[in-house]
Amino acid sequence: MVPRYEYGGDEFIFVELAEEMSLEVNFQAMAITKQLKEDNVPGIVDICPSNASYMIRFKPEEIHPDDLISKLKELEKTVSLEGFEIKSRIVDMPILFEDPWTHETVMNNRDRHQDPNSTDLEYAARINGFDSKEDLIQAITDYPYIASMIGFVPGLPWCYQMVPREQQIEVPKYVRPRTFTSERAFGFGGAFAVIYPVQGAGGYQLFGTAAAPIFENEQRLHDFKDSMTFPRQGDLLRFRSITMDEYKKIRKEVEDGTFRYLIKEFTFTPQQVLENPKAFSDDVLGRLYA
Amino acid sequence: MIKVKNPGLQTTVQDYGRIGYYDVGMPPSGAMDKYSYTVGNLLVGNDENAASLEITYMGPTLEFQQDAFIAVTGGEIPPKINGEAVPMWETHSIKAGDELSFDFVKKGARVYLAVAGGVDVPVIMDSRSTYTLCGVGGMEGRALQAGDELKIGNDKKQEVKEGTSLPEEYRLDFSGDNEIRVILGLCSYRLTEESKKRFFEREWSVTTEANRVGYRFKGERLHFVEREQPFGAGSNASNVVDLGYPIGSIQVPDGVEPIALLNDAVTGGGYVTICTIISTDLDKMAQVKTNEKVRFVSVDIEEALQARKEYRDTVEKVRQFVAQ
Repeated sequence: MVPRYEYGGDEFIFVELAEEMSLEVNFQAMAITKQLKEDNVPGIVDICPSNASYMIRFKPEEIHPDDLISKLKELEKTVSLEGFEIKSRIVDMPILFEDPWTHETVMNNRDRHQDPNSTDLEYAARINGFDSKEDLIQAITDYPYIASMIGFVPGLPWCYQMVPREQQIEVPKYVRPRTFTSERAFGFGGAFAVIYPVQGAGGYQLFGTAAAPIFENEQRLHDFKDSMTFPRQGDLLRFRSITMDEYKKIRKEVEDGTFRYLIKEFTFTPQQVLENPKAFSDDVLGRLYA
Repeated sequence: MIKVKNPGLQTTVQDYGRIGYYDVGMPPSGAMDKYSYTVGNLLVGNDENAASLEITYMGPTLEFQQDAFIAVTGGEIPPKINGEAVPMWETHSIKAGDELSFDFVKKGARVYLAVAGGVDVPVIMDSRSTYTLCGVGGMEGRALQAGDELKIGNDKKQEVKEGTSLPEEYRLDFSGDNEIRVILGLCSYRLTEESKKRFFEREWSVTTEANRVGYRFKGERLHFVEREQPFGAGSNASNVVDLGYPIGSIQVPDGVEPIALLNDAVTGGGYVTICTIISTDLDKMAQVKTNEKVRFVSVDIEEALQARKEYRDTVEKVRQFVAQ
């Protein structure tokens, strides 16, 4: 499609590069917004890349919205994925699937769900053609995800799995959004996995709970020294299924202030991913646990 | 120090906002009615980003433990010093031991209490604004509670004479209809032509869900153009591949009730956004109460920029008036 350039009132420009999600278009949004950042255009307040679109907040006294649109259209033409490098981190994200906390929320909200007679995991497994919920968990944890967008609330990562389209898991959101979702809930909606940083409303299917925080306003833990939020766009996240024992051990480390994420710095190019997602994913996992 | 004897319904510390962190999902927070907030600071000679108290519907009772200059601006929630009514939009001197309280709300929804020097709470990510959802900024990340003690800061630029009273023409005017100007766009292509028309034709009433996060409106169901949902969006016709939400954008989950996203709103998500309230009219929105009716008016970018210019000219005139 031809990208849409839209005014978001007098302070935002919203650019929809594509209506559907793909790794290509996510990389394109990343590349355009990175170039815009480097160009230091006066009057720009926020540069927010998202999944298949991006958004700019600006001061119209310093740059007329139409001049900004012209600049963005020019970037659309000139920025290419050739030679575009993503400075990233590979991170191990321990998840307790079918945990008691999200299970309680799931059971309390059956009236808001497509299928009141099964759990979110059972429902998602069935509509994605898996024989069991264990097979679905396996598919989620077998290949890493890219944090394709950050937002909703501070630090929430939208995560898109680096596998070919036909292998992507896709689920609807709740029929009516919940008013309650527990902190660190691991959810799935559309083609995206998320971790809810704080307790709040939400409409994604709930599969489990992350053991470690992704938002910490007190900034006690090592990984939060520079920012209250942990995930960054472009991070490569591997969701790893853990037992209740490991979950408790990590919770204790978090409380003691000693917890640190397993992180490996890694720079990659979109071509590496797009040419062979499976080989790329295997390489990522190899580096993470080397 | 200012001692909080009764916090009121929801009183929070707010400044101009936490600007520049939208990309990590941090909303700006900040005063919802920027005009009233700014004028309040001008009336007490403050730096224009000094923190004030934003008071909603029911005012607090505050005991001043030191002499101070104050001004109350915004909706009509009439202030009283030691039980005596005092005018809004005016610089008052308040003495140590005096008590500031408020009468019932008459017009609007929010007033701002500016104190010369500003309310001093820790600056977090360049701002003192309270974002209660994540416990960031303000008084321990929350609304005020009885027993809190607020420090007065040093964000003062100049002296303003006691009794400086803002001319009527620069005060809020509640005589007209609640017309909120928006720029149609974002994903408005998803709405049917008929629904786009109906959105602007009818009145929408503000539901009980109307707060710093957003305002939800009741009216009629809006309809979407039929399509096969794009990959990754989710199955509902109001779903899109999750994208960024501008401040002031209006979304319509499932087409049922439009929601205007305001200062503490989510920064992105998977619902169709159809238009954005222009920045000057966000102030107006902040003074609308539950059960009141609003009408949305479509303007183009040039009209929005013109409104913005007029707004800035008015603030400049107030600045000059106070400096006289």
